[in-house]
Amino acid sequence: MGKIKKKRHKTSVWDKLFTICNTLFMIAFVIITLYPVINTLAIAFNDGTDALRGGIYLFPRKLSIKNFTTVLQKDNLITGAYVTVARTLIGTMLSLGANALLAYIVSRKRFLFKRQLSLFWVVTMYVNGGMIPVFLLYKNLGLTNSFWVYVVPGMISAFNMLVIRTYMNGIPDSLEESAQLDGGGYMTIFVKIISPLCKPVYATVALFVAVGQWNSWFDAMLYNRMSSQYTTLQYELMKLLSSVTNQGNSVEAMKNAAGAVTPTSVRAAATILTMLPIICLYPFLQRYFVTGLTIGGVKE
Amino acid sequence: MGVVCLFFRIASSEKERRMEVGKASMARKKKEKIHEPKVKITWKEIKRQKVLLIWAAVIVAYGIVFYYLPLAGWVMAFQNYRPKDGLIHSQFVGLAKFQQLFSDATFLRVIRNTLAMGVINLAATFIMAIVFAILLNEIKSKGGKKVVQTISYLPHFLSWIIVTGILHDALSSNGIVNELLVRAGIFDQPLNFFAHPKFFWPIVAFANVWKETGWNAIIYLAAITAIDPSLYEAAGIDGAGRFARIRYVTLPGIKPTIIILLLMNVGNVLNAGFEIQYLLGNGLVQSVSQTIDIYVLKWGISQNDFSIGTAAGIFKSLVSIILIVIANMIAKRSGEEQLF
Repeated sequence: MGKIKKKRHKTSVWDKLFTICNTLFMIAFVIITLYPVINTLAIAFNDGTDALRGGIYLFPRKLSIKNFTTVLQKDNLITGAYVTVARTLIGTMLSLGANALLAYIVSRKRFLFKRQLSLFWVVTMYVNGGMIPVFLLYKNLGLTNSFWVYVVPGMISAFNMLVIRTYMNGIPDSLEESAQLDGGGYMTIFVKIISPLCKPVYATVALFVAVGQWNSWFDAMLYNRMSSQYTTLQYELMKLLSSVTNQGNSVEAMKNAAGAVTPTSVRAAATILTMLPIICLYPFLQRYFVTGLTIGGVKE
Repeated sequence: MGVVCLFFRIASSEKERRMEVGKASMARKKKEKIHEPKVKITWKEIKRQKVLLIWAAVIVAYGIVFYYLPLAGWVMAFQNYRPKDGLIHSQFVGLAKFQQLFSDATFLRVIRNTLAMGVINLAATFIMAIVFAILLNEIKSKGGKKVVQTISYLPHFLSWIIVTGILHDALSSNGIVNELLVRAGIFDQPLNFFAHPKFFWPIVAFANVWKETGWNAIIYLAAITAIDPSLYEAAGIDGAGRFARIRYVTLPGIKPTIIILLLMNVGNVLNAGFEIQYLLGNGLVQSVSQTIDIYVLKWGISQNDFSIGTAAGIFKSLVSIILIVIANMIAKRSGEEQLF
């Protein structure tokens, strides 16, 4: 293909122009994507009062880790971090287990209510009760003001189940049959034979769920507003953000001037700490979500 | 199920890919039916599948409680619901709550906002993802491609809290955007973007594009990879330049993917607005920033008017379902892949 192109003089001029423009576009794209993150990093590591002068772009001007030490001394942020880690771990395990089990059941060729069970869950993708009925239900179930509201309600999601099911459908039946001949029951086959083969898709779904858990804040605000012991990291970050935007920098800055931190710089530090796990892990995990997305054929 | 069909489409053999879209999916459906063993409900079979049935029952019970039980709460929209009376003893008022809802000018504005932002966001993120995927595919250096792609989906993993925080920084009066615009001489003095209603929708659209372009492009890139390379060669021999190849080979190649994703997203148009509007909105731009979900939150949770909140939620669900059905019908008419 390349050789043919080179022979055609006229195309090759346009071709070069296109390549240049395209490369420039990609560079601009990368800058726009990365700059805000790098800028936040620079502000987080810069002395707070100094940062108020502006002009910090890619690198800190007056290095300081005071912002981070301030963040790490805030009790509500520490509580939020513990809760967030707990909900991410517990929520991901519960959700993966439940979705995998459901996918296993509906992907058994002989299962009697295969179609009905699938349909039962697919319907939930399109129809839901809405915010108010759900809120009242959780309240009546005693899930509000508790940790469990984070991990129990969203445990099974039809989308994740479909992703796993698609993968399981691709596993040859002969494996299951031979295990059955050896006297293995359905659960033994699920745990010992099917699950080890599904590791890639499990990783994908676990990643989806974990990121969702890590980033969610609305449930903390809606259901656990009254119990500060169940606050989450993102929710605390949100409170930090709204306090900065509402009060503005100047007033607060005066008060904190002696401490060399400002609300903006503290928030930058908190933001960096919140995204740290994701930024560190995601280059290693990206092959999983790319597979998962192609299997599911959908986003989100 | 169309949701998962896309994978088969991408991974399907070259032969099948060349078949007409409709034919291919029909052939697949037929094939599946033949392979499906018919298992009759007998005591022997039930005994054999005992474990599966027990677990299925547990899962269905869970589903009924968490997904189907809230639907019973829809009754509240037709009542003058009072928490102390409960669902059973509250007074029924027919459609009065819906009437109240639609005579509320705020609610009508909220519908407009939700629809407008939903459509703008859908169009912007959709087009950008396709353009980005096609352009990225034209990058020759394999390493460069990989680096750009890896960076491109980083923002997807950041929460809206972080993204709106970044936006506040960038667009504030001493932020980078104002600085650049003032330096370039476009503005005389910094402008507070968040104080002007006219900037709100574009900001929301931009934030969505920034966050999701790379992520949404993954699926198109996968679809482009599945295009038969010989088609490009043939086009090259016929004298097709780069643009012609994009237009006549790449775009038709990813057309089924585009249509499926469009279908899936149309139903979500009304879902497109909560977090970012809630986080970015302020008193000055309230008239354009409030969406149905924020309205529900405000009336239902904060003011404790559960009936009005539920009615608004029902309206949203109904419109979403109607949109999905219509989109699906159009796809069926034009012989394209359908959702269900």
